Amino acid sequence: MVKYILKRLGVAFLVALTVSMITFSLIYVSGDPAVALAGEAASNEEIEHIRKSYGYDRPIPVQYMDWLGRALQGDLGRSHYLKEDISHVILTRLPNTLILAGCAIAFALTLSIPLGVAAAIRPNSLIDRFALTLAVVGQALPSFWFALIMMFFLGIQLRWLPISRVETWQGFIMPAIALGYYVTPGVMRLTRAGMLEVLQSDYIRTAKAKGLRPLTVLFKHALRNAIIPVVSLAAVQFGFMLGGSIVIESIFAINGLGFLAWETIQRGDLPMMQAIVLVLSLFYILITFLADMLNAFLDPRIRVT
Amino acid sequence: MAQMRRRVFGHYGIIIGGAVLAIIFAIAIFAPLLTPFDPILDQDLAQKLKPPFWHDSPKYDPAHPLGTDLQGRDYLTRLVHGARISLLIGFSAMIISGVIGTALGVAAGYFGGRVDMIVNFIITTRLSMPVVLVALAVVSLIGSSLWIVIWVLGLLIWDRFAVVMRSTTMQVRNLDYVAAAQACGCSTFRIILTEIMPNVVNHLIVVATLEMAHAILLEAALSFLGLGVQPPAPSWGLMISEAKGMMFFDAWLIGIPGAALFALILSINLLGDGVRDVTAPENRN
Repeated sequence: MVKYILKRLGVAFLVALTVSMITFSLIYVSGDPAVALAGEAASNEEIEHIRKSYGYDRPIPVQYMDWLGRALQGDLGRSHYLKEDISHVILTRLPNTLILAGCAIAFALTLSIPLGVAAAIRPNSLIDRFALTLAVVGQALPSFWFALIMMFFLGIQLRWLPISRVETWQGFIMPAIALGYYVTPGVMRLTRAGMLEVLQSDYIRTAKAKGLRPLTVLFKHALRNAIIPVVSLAAVQFGFMLGGSIVIESIFAINGLGFLAWETIQRGDLPMMQAIVLVLSLFYILITFLADMLNAFLDPRIRVT
Repeated sequence: MAQMRRRVFGHYGIIIGGAVLAIIFAIAIFAPLLTPFDPILDQDLAQKLKPPFWHDSPKYDPAHPLGTDLQGRDYLTRLVHGARISLLIGFSAMIISGVIGTALGVAAGYFGGRVDMIVNFIITTRLSMPVVLVALAVVSLIGSSLWIVIWVLGLLIWDRFAVVMRSTTMQVRNLDYVAAAQACGCSTFRIILTEIMPNVVNHLIVVATLEMAHAILLEAALSFLGLGVQPPAPSWGLMISEAKGMMFFDAWLIGIPGAALFALILSINLLGDGVRDVTAPENRN
């Protein structure tokens, strides 16, 4: 187990290091960051001044090490536009995104796992067909369009839910559904496939033959084993949601990291852009690492091999 | 072969998905012939916001069955020309990502060992970077045009190709006929091309449909956020974005391009699911 954890930790560390390099090089995608910052109308002196004051005149590896060293101490630099500490801005915006993604994944799992289990118990039944249709339709709905449609019917026509800039829990309902429904098809299919396979296994037959209650067999014996791949998928999807909430947050004007990212990109605020990409990537790496640990805990076979 | 044909034509997903996709494809090709207007040049502010045919309104103009947008451009014309953008982006980005992902995945699956480790590392790294955010950032930094969007998406979404090709190649490479080809002294390149590829191609097609749909959705999202295809091009995502402010009074402006996007993605996915059902080895015989 310790060997597995250490190995997995090493990979996570290397991935994080590579991601930090890619993120750092983002500012050189457009060529000269000083020119990009100064704007098109800037004179040569102004560009030189910006290059010196932001340290873009130093060799790139030096700049990278400097940036990485500061980032490791929690200092992500200052925003060019907001004139504030980037770490501070990100920390104030992060909770909203985490709440949104948390609600979205909770919505997706509470919808898809029971549906997947029900579909697996009775394959080709009405509920299986319904679940399959829902999955096919869900995968084809563009999330931003679905969000606008919900806004139109639930917010404008029926006036059930607030449509934007909300601080109450009701304000998170539509965004969470808009962000979460996209995950339900995948989780549902995986749950269904896993349950179908597990339900045919010998140990389920044994459990049934022992005379255990059907619900005990279903949940304690079958679901526990079928859920293992779902844990990985849910973690990966949660990570994607943090990065994907940019579309939903900008539609509902939720003051989170995604909305910040959108504002930042429009302002061309390079250090802030770098910092957001880095933070979201690190979150993804952390989440998938934790999911692997949880899986190793659930399934002893993973620990050993 | 006859059995195969029966399976293909007995599959609702393939029939419906294929038919809808064929119609959208035909619409995209013949777009200029379908309506008398130009999607960009024919704007007339005096004609703006004409309602579509199902809005029983006196303002309805039979020349514009789907009405007109804020600039007075014929909405049907913009819709049919938008199909060209979506299909072009979906197809091109899918080809680019398919080439990258297949090369990486097949190499990892065939050679295994260190190559596999490196490819796995590249895939993990790529997955940990948020696609939409990186695409938006890059497009905002180098400027956005149709081909930049295609390349950025193509270079970002190869991960599923690599993952699927890696695992299927691994299964195929241990089969006897690969060993036989190796024993005959065939070159690695030839073995991959003539022994491995034909046996993984059905998985490749399934992933290709999924990724084409994925690329189309991403382009629509980027354009919706204002950093994809630029106005006045009739991208469906952009049309939805332009109509966002009119949601209170003219919601159909959002409904029409969104429904088109939904129909296109649904048909591609149905076709892909159908191909998987029909070609899956467990369904043979």
